[in-house]
Amino acid sequence: MQLTLWTYEGPPHVGAMRIATAMEGLHYVLHAPQGDTYADLLFTMIERRDRRPPVTYTTFQARDLGGDTAGLFQDACRAAYERFRPEAMIVGASCTAELIQDDPGGLATTLGLPIPVIALELPAYQKKENWGASETFYRLVRGLARPRAGDHVRGPRPTCNILGPTALGFRHRDDLLEIRRLLETIGVTVNVVAPLGARPSDIARLGEADFNVVLYPEIAEAAARYLEKAFGQPAVRTVPIGVGATRDFIAEVARVAGLPPLTAEAGSRLPWYSRSVDSTYLTGKRVFIFADGPHAVAAARVATTELAFDLVGIGTYSREFAREVRAVAAEHGIEALITDDYLEVEDQIAALRPELILGTQMERHIAKRLGIPCAVISAPVHVQDFPARQSPQMGFEGANVLFDTWVHPLMMGLEEHLLHMFRDDFEFNDRSGSHLGKAPAPAAPAAAVAAEPEPAAPSVVPATTRWDAGAENELRKIPFFVRGKARRNTERFALERGIATITLDTLYDAKAHFGR
Amino acid sequence: MTVHTLIAPRPAAGCAEDAVLRERGQREVFCGLTSIVWLHRKMQDAFFLVVGSRTCAHLIQSAAGVMIFAEPRFATAIMEERDLAGLTDANDELDRVVERLIARRPDIRLLFLVGSCPSEVIKLDLHRAARRLDGIFAPRVRVLNYSGSGIETTFTEGEDAALAAIVPQMPAAAPGAAPSLLVAGTLADVVEDQFRRLFDGLGIADVGFLPARRLADLPPVGPATQVLLAQPFLKDTARALEERGASLLSAPLPVGAEGTTRWLQAAATAFHVSRERFQNVTAAGEARAERAVRRHRAALEGRRVFLFPDSQIEIPVARFLAREMGMELIEVGTPYLHRGHLAAELALLPPGAAISEGQDVDRQLDRCRRAAPDLVVCGLGLANPLEAEGIATKWSIELIFTPIQGYEQAGDLAELFARPLARRQKLAV
Repeated sequence: MQLTLWTYEGPPHVGAMRIATAMEGLHYVLHAPQGDTYADLLFTMIERRDRRPPVTYTTFQARDLGGDTAGLFQDACRAAYERFRPEAMIVGASCTAELIQDDPGGLATTLGLPIPVIALELPAYQKKENWGASETFYRLVRGLARPRAGDHVRGPRPTCNILGPTALGFRHRDDLLEIRRLLETIGVTVNVVAPLGARPSDIARLGEADFNVVLYPEIAEAAARYLEKAFGQPAVRTVPIGVGATRDFIAEVARVAGLPPLTAEAGSRLPWYSRSVDSTYLTGKRVFIFADGPHAVAAARVATTELAFDLVGIGTYSREFAREVRAVAAEHGIEALITDDYLEVEDQIAALRPELILGTQMERHIAKRLGIPCAVISAPVHVQDFPARQSPQMGFEGANVLFDTWVHPLMMGLEEHLLHMFRDDFEFNDRSGSHLGKAPAPAAPAAAVAAEPEPAAPSVVPATTRWDAGAENELRKIPFFVRGKARRNTERFALERGIATITLDTLYDAKAHFGR
Repeated sequence: MTVHTLIAPRPAAGCAEDAVLRERGQREVFCGLTSIVWLHRKMQDAFFLVVGSRTCAHLIQSAAGVMIFAEPRFATAIMEERDLAGLTDANDELDRVVERLIARRPDIRLLFLVGSCPSEVIKLDLHRAARRLDGIFAPRVRVLNYSGSGIETTFTEGEDAALAAIVPQMPAAAPGAAPSLLVAGTLADVVEDQFRRLFDGLGIADVGFLPARRLADLPPVGPATQVLLAQPFLKDTARALEERGASLLSAPLPVGAEGTTRWLQAAATAFHVSRERFQNVTAAGEARAERAVRRHRAALEGRRVFLFPDSQIEIPVARFLAREMGMELIEVGTPYLHRGHLAAELALLPPGAAISEGQDVDRQLDRCRRAAPDLVVCGLGLANPLEAEGIATKWSIELIFTPIQGYEQAGDLAELFARPLARRQKLAV
């Protein structure tokens, strides 16, 4: 048993729902008790979908357990087919139904429905949401995809499938638009996008493309590997998050598609923005990353090579990607945190005291508690992750979005420099405040007086520690937005060393101790 | 509308005898675990440990949006493959998890082991486990159990199961104790305080609330205890209280001006409060409630409403919508209909109101679309899809998560239904 206060991933059948809901003409019959329908509202509320997920739940009850739950499942299958007339059906069990071992696949097959019925085995007590999505997509591809008719003749334009975007995916909608446009710009025709927006009949013609683009490996890698083996379709595996990765992606596509080397950087602003002098203050900002595997790996590259941050910590809740994330950590001489316990993540953040957190919605809350700026870079999704505007993470526009969303939470560059420069100006008083409002201010650039986030709770300073007049005076000269922090750090420094009276020296010793 | 304070439910009016449509099929409702979301806010020294699966954990966090809490007072002990395969003794595992939890949260006085679908199916005996752990940790921490599983409980029935598990822990009223009043069912603290003041005014001094905010504040119960239900879903809790000798007062629920007056009247009658005193104490609140409700009546009067089953509060709310807001009831769905507890409510429903119990969601959606209602009260899984079809909706979960009971909330309750219609009128996009 694992004590869980909050979990990054849902159960595997929710992953299957993300595939079914992404598609058209597919229906999922889920053997499940009442209550499991909660998952519908993830789609209708978080993603604001205008239709119910195409899922029928058998809703068995305690009194059915001694009786005929298998019959209940078959009735539900039949009724779902009659009502929704899908092109294909997937069937499976949620965690409770797994225990009663009714064999949904076998039961559905004996009904002899005139459509393909694909059975899912999603072990709910071992696996999680992303695995469930990946397995479901793989089973669908395996069950429905047909090899291309006749010999492979390349047309005038190479063709590809885009694999991986799902319902309830982190910016999948926007990434897809961006990458589709990019591929078409460089001369590649998109054959099928799947699962998002695909019908079972579209899955059937995956084999017609020259190659596959694996946009989200956590969803599509298993299917891509199958297509590679079964139909000889090569796969492009670079995840195009960030400028460098997008360039690599284009180069890989060109290579696989047999196109001449090309560039397509129109609209890419990150490189210049990052070289612009106002970005100087970003240099060496200490960043902590926690995300699903692919987003963590991609963010590490962008943060360090495109924004010149220092990576002080990295982790993932995707055990499937532990190896890749550990490799990135090793490059930066740190150890990766592989866990799905957010309390462990919180502990590590508190210990590392980063200046910026790139994480999930949970790390956003941790950041709020610790007073650290944060940007969200990964699922699990929140209603905020479905903005009305286009906001991709991938491609050159995605890199622009990353620049904005990662840099804005930090101090507003030049503005904060000026704030600091004019701190003695008579018009500048403590009431004028920073745009960061009342939140504990993050580390200020030039005034790195004991620059580190505050602990969540104010430290208790015994009455024995006091400030002498000189130190108190000097403290007042420190800009207000770091003064509280300087005071606390100095007091902590004094407390740890048994210093009863804080002098000018103590203040600057503390600054030297905590500063970089 | 004026509600007179001298009230006896009208005999045989309403639809008490009408046929109820019983449905069996896919239910678009939460399981009982969901009630942890409000129970843990109400019971401030209680911790709810669900023994279940990742689905249970995901359900509760999705329903509660728990990320806003630093460390919520609920958690899931997620069963894993080796727990099921018998490779580890589930009881040893549970002991380990509970020990860790209690060490981490010294502020906890009451720990619930909450059964789930998977724990019920594998027949994990949480009752015995709770007794064993209680033996270890009492008196510092009491350990109780109940089931919030979806195979046994629907949404609010989880609260019923939790409260029924607490009832045996209530102290026994002293022999020969004076009559006392017990209000059962979670109410928001602000509502509880309002009612306390009203009962005080009526001269009913000895009033207890179940659940209590803290374990140590559990009110006594005994043969002189009169129980007023503040929620409609307390089947097992009421039975457990009756087993402790308490007797149940029959009343509509304190929803709307009329419901609140009738509910208070039931207590006043049982405690022999004079008619004059009752009027003196309730008149101001009732008048305020009627004024507040009247503001929204124009928006709702004559409109046709369809209620999907969710929390069992549908019938009291439908009664309010019909009688105080002048709405026409197309269908009133409830996950479970307790005719005994709702007798006073059923008697007040307009004749011919169609009640359905249970659910076959696709068929119910068919009926709903055919009826083309002006407003649908439904869960969050259905709301946006119906809105996209052009049907105005009100989320039923707000009837549980926001304070709606009592005089001072009657206007808020009316506003909940008026808002979606008002919004549609304002929008020109």
